[in-house]
Amino acid sequence: MELSPFYQELFVSLNRGLVMSIALIVPSAVGGVLIGIVAGAIRTYGNRYLKTIADCYAAVFRGTPLVIQLFVLYFGLPNIGIYLTPYVAAVLGFTFCSGAYQSEYVRGALLSIKSGQYLGGQALGFTTFQTIVWIIIPQAVRRAIHGCGNEIIYLIKYSSLAFIVTCIELTGEGKTIATEYFRFTEVFGIIGLYYLGLVSLAIIILKKIEQRLFIPGFGHH
Amino acid sequence: MTEKMVILRVNNLSKSFGDSTILNSVSIELAKGEIKVLIGPSGGGKSTLLQCINCLVVPDAGEIELDNARIQFTRKQDIYRLRQQVGMIFQDFNLFDHLTALDNITIALRKVKKMPKKEAEKRARLELEQVGLGDKETLYPAQLSGGQKQRVAIARALAMDPKILLLDEPTSALDPTLIGEVISVIKGLAVKGMTMIMATHQISLIYNLADEILFMENGRIVEQGPPAALLAAGNKSKSQGFCDRLNELSEVEG
Amino acid sequence: MQNALSVVLDSLPYLLQGSFLTAGIVVFAMFLGLFIGIFMSVGLVYGNRFIRYILTAYVWIFRGVPVVVLLFLFYFGLFSFLGLNFSAFATVSIVLGMTTGAYQANIFKGAILSLPHGQFKAASGLGMSDMQAIKNIVLPQILRMSIPAWSNEYSIILKDSALAFVIGAPEIMARTQFVASRTYQHLSLYITAGIIYFLLTWAGVIGLRKLEQYVRIPGYSQHGNQ
Repeated sequence: MELSPFYQELFVSLNRGLVMSIALIVPSAVGGVLIGIVAGAIRTYGNRYLKTIADCYAAVFRGTPLVIQLFVLYFGLPNIGIYLTPYVAAVLGFTFCSGAYQSEYVRGALLSIKSGQYLGGQALGFTTFQTIVWIIIPQAVRRAIHGCGNEIIYLIKYSSLAFIVTCIELTGEGKTIATEYFRFTEVFGIIGLYYLGLVSLAIIILKKIEQRLFIPGFGHH
Repeated sequence: MTEKMVILRVNNLSKSFGDSTILNSVSIELAKGEIKVLIGPSGGGKSTLLQCINCLVVPDAGEIELDNARIQFTRKQDIYRLRQQVGMIFQDFNLFDHLTALDNITIALRKVKKMPKKEAEKRARLELEQVGLGDKETLYPAQLSGGQKQRVAIARALAMDPKILLLDEPTSALDPTLIGEVISVIKGLAVKGMTMIMATHQISLIYNLADEILFMENGRIVEQGPPAALLAAGNKSKSQGFCDRLNELSEVEG
Repeated sequence: MQNALSVVLDSLPYLLQGSFLTAGIVVFAMFLGLFIGIFMSVGLVYGNRFIRYILTAYVWIFRGVPVVVLLFLFYFGLFSFLGLNFSAFATVSIVLGMTTGAYQANIFKGAILSLPHGQFKAASGLGMSDMQAIKNIVLPQILRMSIPAWSNEYSIILKDSALAFVIGAPEIMARTQFVASRTYQHLSLYITAGIIYFLLTWAGVIGLRKLEQYVRIPGYSQHGNQ
């Protein structure tokens, strides 16, 4: 069966958009987790000044809409002479926003580790570094993974905002076609399915990881 | 009595947190194979003393000598070496929650003592057998009862071949029905000649194991002596009064 | 080109007027979501397999599709396809309400499942019908337990409401964009808008915390009654 020209054009565009979406999501997810770990660790163990800075960072990025953060980066920064490409602006926005939320999960995970776990390690002659590597991190990872995974799923959905700063990904490609043919229901219905596919895939992968890391006493709930 | 071989010397140990003095110039001399039992009201400094001996809490002043070698509190290497040679059993076990019973024991052997994996596992299995948990090696702390957790903790400490074992109220977080299994393991250690300092409220441990009782109050050792002397009938010692109250309590509890 | 500060000060009243619309969207969406969430959670827990299947699909869709895509789909697509002439404001409120409804359904479901089994049985034992038991015994408990999660939903909806501008609802974000396009003071204007959202977020979160304390009953925390 031959697809009509509309659908042929639609799928070519959407697939191109999908590639761009993935190119936005992957580095932002990785960057977000890394920033989240650093900021989360500082918010838990840092000295007063670093902690205040990290707390403010998290509060600002969690307290304002992502779309405003993107606008500040892309449309705002040129006012002070900084010009970012749409892709860079989008990835930076996603990374910093995601990192703020991730820091919350990392912090929660670190706080949930009882002080007895440090004591137990030290009493056996572990150095501080050994305690962190062999005791704290393996536990924190298991406590944080569920929340961090959920945050990545949010990120997948919010990558749809990149088109607003003219980085044309899945939603942007779809919008162009939908406007051209004025067929919004089909186009955005299909885009919805694309995102459902991405999100469902991510959920399955995360569940597999969670299962693999599962240890009695560390499950979610 | 034969010549004592002193293994641990604690001289004038002091520790304050803010304004409150928790330890006030405490001295102890521990011979090889000796068992000292710390008793006294809670808040008297027993726990802090044990943690200071292991440098989990660094003392403000005083000296610790292990095997005639003075520990420099400012030298990390000294502190790590001290901790490897002085085992610690906590009230709330402090097993590593993400590791199986076996790995709880092997991790320190492998990472601190740099023992090969096979050898560490062999040693760990041996220790688990000793505390009667040979069949539980694959279970995680969340799957063990309190008594089993404490026995794993003891096995973990023993696997490091400590010269001294410090026990900080090892049975007080346990259900009454689970205390017995831990007490019998500790008694087994005593039979084998383990050198120990133990804070406890268990009358049977105090009566049967102690070579010497140290009664702590307000950060000081206010009484010390062998149980036969301190707890002799008609002796009006603080230790006597304290043990009488413990006895009454255990009778009320049934 | 005008001075950034004077642009911000001049346009501030105009931007702040947008917060009425933003507040309207958020309040409407929260209550629609509450309504949807409660009915769905009861269906998800007590419903038959068919009902559970439908509701699970609803949750899957609204948790998996981005808000922007839903806005385009409903505003330019489904609503006009169905002959419904909803305003941008109504569309945003409905879409956000349906989205948060999917999340709230899961929140309430978790709360219902955390109730001790005895609660429902005790109510039935006193002669209450299932509906009476749900209304008088189950709901008052799960609503209390759900306030912290609700505060999280509030903050998400508030931030999502800033997407209303893509279909032209004149809330804070759309007004900021409008002023910025005329004055070219993008940076200061968007930061101003960010501050307004920031204040609205924390005002709501603190308000809900107050509500939580006000309706508190000993034994109830966000972890349920243990």
